Amino acid sequence: MRKGCLLLGMIFLVWMVGAGGAGAADEALKVGFIYVSPVGDAGWSYAHEQARLAVEALEGVRTAFVEDVREGPDSERVMRNMARKGYDLIFATSYGYMDSMLKVAGEFPDTVFMHCSGYKLAPNMGNYFGRIYQARYLSGMAAGAMTRGGQIGYVAAFPIPEVIRGINAFTIGVRAVNPKATVRVVWTKTWYDPATEKEAAKSLLDVGCDVIAQHQDSPGPQEAAQERGAYSVGYNTDMSAFAPRAHLTAAVWNWAPFYLEVVESVRNGTWKSTAAWPGMEKGIVGLAPFGPMVPESVKTRIEQEKARLINGETRVFAGPIKDQQGNLKIAAGETASDEALLGMTWLVEGVVGTTE
Amino acid sequence: MNPISVHKRTDPLTWPAALILGLAIVLSLSVSALLLHWQDKPARDALVILFQGAFGSWHALEDCTIKAVPIFLCSLGVAVAFRLQVWNIGAEGQFAMGAIGATWVVLQFPQWPAFLLLPAMMAAAALGGGFCGLIPALLKVRLRANEIIVSLMLNYVCILFLEYLVYGPWKDPVSFGFPMTMVFPPAAIVGAIGSSRLNWGLVLALACAVGFWIFFRFSRLGYELKVCGESPRVAGYARLPYHGLVIAVMVTGGALAGWAGFLEVSATLNRLQPSIMVGYGYTAIVVAWLARLSPASIAAASLLLAGLRVGVENLQLEMQVPAAFGGIMEGVLLLTVLAGGFFVRYRVRWRGFS
Repeated sequence: MRKGCLLLGMIFLVWMVGAGGAGAADEALKVGFIYVSPVGDAGWSYAHEQARLAVEALEGVRTAFVEDVREGPDSERVMRNMARKGYDLIFATSYGYMDSMLKVAGEFPDTVFMHCSGYKLAPNMGNYFGRIYQARYLSGMAAGAMTRGGQIGYVAAFPIPEVIRGINAFTIGVRAVNPKATVRVVWTKTWYDPATEKEAAKSLLDVGCDVIAQHQDSPGPQEAAQERGAYSVGYNTDMSAFAPRAHLTAAVWNWAPFYLEVVESVRNGTWKSTAAWPGMEKGIVGLAPFGPMVPESVKTRIEQEKARLINGETRVFAGPIKDQQGNLKIAAGETASDEALLGMTWLVEGVVGTTE
Repeated sequence: MNPISVHKRTDPLTWPAALILGLAIVLSLSVSALLLHWQDKPARDALVILFQGAFGSWHALEDCTIKAVPIFLCSLGVAVAFRLQVWNIGAEGQFAMGAIGATWVVLQFPQWPAFLLLPAMMAAAALGGGFCGLIPALLKVRLRANEIIVSLMLNYVCILFLEYLVYGPWKDPVSFGFPMTMVFPPAAIVGAIGSSRLNWGLVLALACAVGFWIFFRFSRLGYELKVCGESPRVAGYARLPYHGLVIAVMVTGGALAGWAGFLEVSATLNRLQPSIMVGYGYTAIVVAWLARLSPASIAAASLLLAGLRVGVENLQLEMQVPAAFGGIMEGVLLLTVLAGGFFVRYRVRWRGFS
């Protein structure tokens, strides 16, 4: 009982002292970032953090971030806290923040909310993502060219359209240079768990895969590949520092140009709520530099394909494309629409594995 | 000859106990300040920001209270078991099973009105959590299996079961393949109190607090619990039903944690998804150790730890302190309080070298 009173007393005392500390008015544009994993993950959140630093370097802009925020009520609280503190622009960088952001956006109509990888909109809330599948397609070409045994492993997070789309684009790239190769998928059911991801990669290496790709936020699979003398393809950022002998290339994010654009538009008052999905032509996605083991001929071919993607000559999901059962999903001469891409729940021919 | 002598006190200290707890908290804050200093952050400002973020405004207090309610329910359940010296580490899994139970009711009967649906959800949550608490209890009573291990391992089983459900049979068809159930109908959502963001779960928590306080103070069973906790052999001599009590406390603890799960899934998230698991079950163990026994201290300790979580977010925002700092502070706090508890029960004397 006494302990309870003491604790409550302390809380009250502190509240007396703490309350009433209003912040000074600020002319700078305040931009807040919410990350789903720690920025040291060398992956997804790290890529956003690099862009935040670019925004921080702008004149008259102050940024702050909160990392490792769980999706759900925690994220709602963090967003509300930021909005209450007068942040003008808030970026939330995970799908699971969507409903929370929509709720908070309704309460703070003067703040601009930007949600990454979601689909809900509001007058003061936009969403955005990048066509990373284009980079995956190109990285698949590298993997297809470098595999000796024809089996490529893919460590994937959750069987959601975003990840499935990436697997499909990767496989299309693999088969473009190596029509007999297959891509084997395992699901880790986590975005960031270095130990689990490494074990998953090892399981793929055990069944004969000699190139490992990933849709994960840690470099665990890269390390596993290097340890076994296999090759690997990274994701989010250039992961070659973790596996210099294995890392062929990576599908990387470059959020800075997009974030700078959004910040400027909010500053000028020209921001509008849209569902933005820029691609390689805007520089939001790209390929990491090739590793020393990639031959010139492969590099040249991929660079040429990249140029054709950028100027619109080729599209990744251009038919004919069949699914695993052999059904024609995209007819010859047609390309998949954005809706079809956003709702993609089937795997293409050449993928070994299910969407479970 | 050992220069330091350690004797168990016949009467554990009472009034200095509060002082020692306070000292432990001060010590843990000092350690945290030291860590901040090593990070080149101004320690004093950081602690002020921490407190302001946790308790410095009505909004912050609201946030803390909302967060404290599930922690409180889980730790009440854990503390009831601790009183009997039965170590219930399974609050996390019981929380998950409670959420699953409540969700099952909603998915089976989405058209029911609130006055049928909410009590049914509460009952199902209590059953789910209680069942999850029953398993370690039965194994302890029948096979003398250590309930710490069983309940801890069961956590993983329950969490994986939850994931199986939201990825498979219960997945929302319109969720783009993301693992979550459909949004609950309004009848299944525990509403907000007035215009604040607190929900009626707070009333449930307060009712449990009062109920258990009365139970411990005034009921025969509460007394029996205390006696059995001190020594099962004494309980045997007095013909108290030790095994029955073990099962009862574990099931009760499970039911309480299940109610916490019900509140999270109904009031806070409005659907079932894996991110409902934020470690309340494990924090509840810390709280139960901090507060030991009385529901009032458990409430205060829950508020303190909820405040810690909320405050650390503020600290991150204002000073870019890494997220892991919150977990470190929680751990240091537990260690210092445990160490303080040692001095409450044992007398340490310096005898000098001879």
